[in-house]
Amino acid sequence: MSVTAAAEATAAPAAPLYRKVGSIRRERRWALIGAYVALAVFVVFFLTPPFHMLMTSLKSSAEIADLSNNPWIVQSPTLENYWALLNHGSYPRHFLNSVIVTLSTVAITMVISLLAAFALARMRFWGSATLATGVFLTYLVPETLLFIPLFQTIGSLGLYNNLWAMVLLYPTITVPFCTWIMIGYFSSIPKELDEAALIDGANHFQMLWKIFIPVALPGILAATIFAFTVSWAQFLYPMVFLVSSEQMVLTVGIVSDLIRGDTFQWGMIMAGAIMAALPPLLIYAFLMDYYIAGLTAGATKG
Amino acid sequence: MADGNVLAAPAPAPAAVAPARPGALRRLARRRSTLAFVLTVPLLTVIGGLVVWPFFYAIYLSMLNKRMTRFVGLDNFAFLLSRETFQLVIMQSVIFAVGAVVAKALIGFILAHVLHALPAKGQRKWRGMLLVPWVIPPAISTLAWWWLFDPSYSAINWMLMGIGAPPVAWLGEPGWARFAVILVNVWYGAPFFMIMYLAALKSVPDQLYEAAAIDGATGWQKLRYVTVPMMKNIIAITVLFSLIVTFANFDIVRILTNGGPQDRTHIFGTYAFQVGIQSGDIPLGAAVSLFMFPVLALLAVFVLRDVTRRSREMAG
Repeated sequence: MSVTAAAEATAAPAAPLYRKVGSIRRERRWALIGAYVALAVFVVFFLTPPFHMLMTSLKSSAEIADLSNNPWIVQSPTLENYWALLNHGSYPRHFLNSVIVTLSTVAITMVISLLAAFALARMRFWGSATLATGVFLTYLVPETLLFIPLFQTIGSLGLYNNLWAMVLLYPTITVPFCTWIMIGYFSSIPKELDEAALIDGANHFQMLWKIFIPVALPGILAATIFAFTVSWAQFLYPMVFLVSSEQMVLTVGIVSDLIRGDTFQWGMIMAGAIMAALPPLLIYAFLMDYYIAGLTAGATKG
Repeated sequence: MADGNVLAAPAPAPAAVAPARPGALRRLARRRSTLAFVLTVPLLTVIGGLVVWPFFYAIYLSMLNKRMTRFVGLDNFAFLLSRETFQLVIMQSVIFAVGAVVAKALIGFILAHVLHALPAKGQRKWRGMLLVPWVIPPAISTLAWWWLFDPSYSAINWMLMGIGAPPVAWLGEPGWARFAVILVNVWYGAPFFMIMYLAALKSVPDQLYEAAAIDGATGWQKLRYVTVPMMKNIIAITVLFSLIVTFANFDIVRILTNGGPQDRTHIFGTYAFQVGIQSGDIPLGAAVSLFMFPVLALLAVFVLRDVTRRSREMAG
């Protein structure tokens, strides 16, 4: 009772303001409705290609070829495209190649970046500041600038049309960014922690292994996810260096195997695309926060 | 008392060790910097061997003749500039990069605002759906777009037919093909802008908006005088970064149009691939990609400036 009285007492002198608050609330509601409409429009735009991909992958070749059907809806869903991909042809080989290249690249990237970031974040040495800047600038160098000289180099190393050339080349894309965000994460660890470790007689490797890595685990996870998605998605290098089907990775293999002249096996292409998109999508679904942390860290950290 | 002891205990220690220190310290410093150098050797190898060296090698290659037997100076560059196809490539690269980045930035800005206005609980779900285009590898998702643009089975044309509009030759007509490659790039890249702007929006303190509201600011004024100035730096970094990536794009154009029709959608990356790898003229291909360098370097300098400024702001 007294509470409402008090509330009325405070509200009374502010009567005109109170009305205005009401209109703001109404305005808010309209803004919210507008927001949902805009969101719905963009969600439809953003999810249309994956949706259509899924629908096509569930159609038989006859259904795809039949122009009288609604192309957006599958009439009689079938898994025959998936079945055919997994049992015949080189799709499983391409998938395995992608897994091998991606896992190797992630491992190499994380070792190189963790060691370098530890040194650059904690030990000042001659040129360390310049090197940190250099790492960032390297991250800005696109692979379209370098693939032609690399074509010559890889050829002279005898690695042309060799899967392992990818493991050699992918780190050039992943290492700079991962090092850069790990420098940011390591720098945010309080210096008191390493001093405490040094007093306890830890050497630098114990410090890295027992303090830096556990404390910066979210950052490491973000960097790992970044390295994984970039390696999985890489298209230019496989396009330039891999020519025979058994060496190809998914991004180039799907197209090269399922298009013979003018025959496009769209059902199988889309089924292959769905399965190829699945690993990054699953990682994203389960580790969205780390994924986003890695995405935004480049500009907000360091 | 006990606390006092603990606090006081370390104090005499440095004095006791002091005489032994200079030499040991120097040794330690030497050891530390040696170790630091060793730890960065793998990084230096990757950057030096696979980024810096190829770059200079590209410059050397670009000054050779097609068979790589003779040094021809800047002839390749002059030859490219005189060709109409390459002039189209320059123009298309600029249209592609600027057009796509402007659209991505606008859509990202709108979506970030719209998401930010939602209650926290629903935000996650919507954000999750809106980021999907960014998560699917572009080489994979472009296949879906290619299929959507198919000349005879285009599902988009099917819808156009439904509303009585004539079918569009999405990838067969130069104007539409240019539009298509930009559209796919916007589709793929807009979520990145959204997530960057959303992170920036969340870091704007609420008090600023409250203060603006008390001063009677309208929604537009809040946007103009609070949000934009607070986000200016992130906007600049994101736009510049995306300009670099979009300008140097390869995947989308290569899969969707492969430069066609009549080389009208070629950008530097795909044209360099066609000339250097497919036609086997390595020096000319190297020259094509090197044409990107001045623009990229300029953009990179600005990104670096803004990132340094931002980290200084965040530290201070």
